[in-house]
Amino acid sequence: MSASNVVAPPTTPTRKRPVRAGIRKARRGQARWAIYLIVPSIVLLAVVIGYPVVSAIIMSFQKDAGLDPATGLFVQGGFAGFENYAHWLLQQCMNASGQTISCPPGNLGSQFWNAVSVTFFFTAVTVVVETALGMWFAFIMNRTFRGRALVRAAILVPWAIPTAVTAKLWFFIFSVAGVANAVLNTHILWVSDEWASRFAVIIADTWKTTPFMALLILAGLQVIPEEVYEAAKVDGATSWQRFWQVTLPLIRPALLVAVLFRVLDALRIYDLPAILTHGGGGTGNATTTLSILVVDQIRQGFNSASALSTITFIIIFIVAFIFVRILGTNVVRTQEAQQKGAK
Amino acid sequence: MKAARVSVIAGAAILGLALAGCTGGGSSGGSSGGAAGANLTDKGPITYVQGKDNSSVVRPLIDKWNAAHPNEKVTFKEQSDQADQQHDDLVQHFQAKDPNYDVVDVDVVWTGEFAAKGWLQPLTGSFKMDNSKLVASTVDSGTYNGTQYAAPQTSDGGMLYYRKDLVPTPPTTWDAMMKDCDIAKQAGIGCYAGQFAKYEGLTVNVAEAINTNGGTIVGKDGKTVTVDNAKAKAGLTRLVDAFKSGNIPAEAITYQEEQGRQAFEAGKLLFLRNWPYVYNLAKTDGSSMVKDTFGVAPLPGMTGPGASSLGGHNAAISVYSKHKATAFAFVQFLQSEETQKFFVTQGSLAPVLASLYDDASLNQQLPYLSTLKTSIENAVPRPVSPFYPAITKAVQDNAYAAVKGDKTVDQAVKDMAAAIQTASAG
Repeated sequence: MSASNVVAPPTTPTRKRPVRAGIRKARRGQARWAIYLIVPSIVLLAVVIGYPVVSAIIMSFQKDAGLDPATGLFVQGGFAGFENYAHWLLQQCMNASGQTISCPPGNLGSQFWNAVSVTFFFTAVTVVVETALGMWFAFIMNRTFRGRALVRAAILVPWAIPTAVTAKLWFFIFSVAGVANAVLNTHILWVSDEWASRFAVIIADTWKTTPFMALLILAGLQVIPEEVYEAAKVDGATSWQRFWQVTLPLIRPALLVAVLFRVLDALRIYDLPAILTHGGGGTGNATTTLSILVVDQIRQGFNSASALSTITFIIIFIVAFIFVRILGTNVVRTQEAQQKGAK
Repeated sequence: MKAARVSVIAGAAILGLALAGCTGGGSSGGSSGGAAGANLTDKGPITYVQGKDNSSVVRPLIDKWNAAHPNEKVTFKEQSDQADQQHDDLVQHFQAKDPNYDVVDVDVVWTGEFAAKGWLQPLTGSFKMDNSKLVASTVDSGTYNGTQYAAPQTSDGGMLYYRKDLVPTPPTTWDAMMKDCDIAKQAGIGCYAGQFAKYEGLTVNVAEAINTNGGTIVGKDGKTVTVDNAKAKAGLTRLVDAFKSGNIPAEAITYQEEQGRQAFEAGKLLFLRNWPYVYNLAKTDGSSMVKDTFGVAPLPGMTGPGASSLGGHNAAISVYSKHKATAFAFVQFLQSEETQKFFVTQGSLAPVLASLYDDASLNQQLPYLSTLKTSIENAVPRPVSPFYPAITKAVQDNAYAAVKGDKTVDQAVKDMAAAIQTASAG
């Protein structure tokens, strides 16, 4: 998914200056034109984004269809209140006699908190590793040396391969008789051992997504003028100081945007573990992420699945919100600081 | 502040897309009203829906039908080759009450769900099928709540592949097979494997172990949970013990059909439980090291043949079809001896007509046919339940934990029963 759906707010003139009536009129006409031009995309977004979101939320308050004991046929479940949410968040299930019990293992409800912790674990580890490695790659790509174009192309190859293909490649590498065990001279059951399966997913994800981080950080590196480093050198800064005092503050905006994108992406991770380990490992759910759980639940009941996807949406939204708040203030402060420095 | 606002909007847009991808179709369920009683005698063009026709049998059949029925032509709608996608495609069209999905090919494990949703025409009254010539277990796989909803079209059963150079006479019981494992040990290879990765194949293998021991997972009605009893426990215990003793090699926990086949063809296994498709591959694959040294036998049981899980597909008529009389005639055509023979000779698809298994010329062409007959005759369908996805999940999660030794058999079976119960309680 890309960020191509961003709708920039129409810019308004900020400076007050006496203008002639003709220009003002033209401006108003322009503003109206802008609205006309934007309307189609807003309508489109409302249909393809607004409708599914609202529909999912409405469905999440409906009960899943149950059986009519007399006919053996399904009947509509009716209004559920917060029952579907309680099922996931509080692990409440109904037993045969209609009493509320704690969801037994093997019921998807019992896996919710496990899936949350697996998802956050993947997010934390992969983003940290990918940021560190990506920065290192970016520094390499930023240097001038013979064969730089080749290195840049080589680093970008994993990012160009579709995730499903990547997952299948690593599936073969991590099979019992696969390359990983042959090279390491081990006999690890990569897709069924609890921690091995998690690391398999982390390794594959790192391999695939580090180039993305490297690319975004490289973009940040390339706008740093050489003079800043020269000035730092003249002032007697060591290379360690140059990194912490010059490079890092200057690439911070690019870095934080890259990390935000990766965090949101990692929280939604589905395809890689779904294909590589089928969400298995350990007692069977060591790599089941929230998105995998949603898809599993769709087969058992749409309404409950809608509740789960709404919960997932809210979790990711909260994380994004916290992030953007911190990121936003950071971005502003850096710009202000830069402007002050420039004056 | 502008940058921050743009980021917020970007974030919201991305999240919106994420959620948009997560919502399924609309709400489902409800009875189909009068649809099951409409258009019963109407004839006209119909559509037949099936997953990818890998063995190229459907088109020639339809050509033949169309030549004989110019006014009731059948159009073939081919789905993808992924079972999950076929299932979801059918669900979407049924929800939309699509009259153009007249005859649909359903996997045996979907029958209960589709029947309970009221999407399948009950095969009663004028649509009653003649099941007298069919293998009985295949009819059970199309029957939900005492009513037949789907007509068996092709079948499938598990067989025991064994190395006849190491084991001249194949074991007929599980205990005898476990004794033969000493031979594997001496030869330095693994003894037995089936499908034990956590996916549908595990349910198939666990159901076989349980059914072979006389246990069941759910009762005939598809709802009553019966798995928490001594017989079912004894069945699951066999698999658990075999894993513990190493008679099933540890890596078999990662095996689906293909990994097991590769290990067997590489000469690394003495016994393998798999489907009939392996036979031709093991005979002809360039990499197969057991071309002339393997044989097939019925699955080992308690005293005689074990109870295989039943695979295969059933043909069903949509309640929304506008030409049900034609649809019914076409379903009968699919079950006719001529068609069934074409399926088995052309596509190696196991027939549902009992008589074909004794056909001498067919046995010559497919030497495993008599073994397959034993397998299918003793086969038990997986639970025909509207809650099958929840049942298979409950079986997989808990059986997987048990064979890995993370859970006792007692606890696994208890959790299995509780999880199946919560599913059907809604």
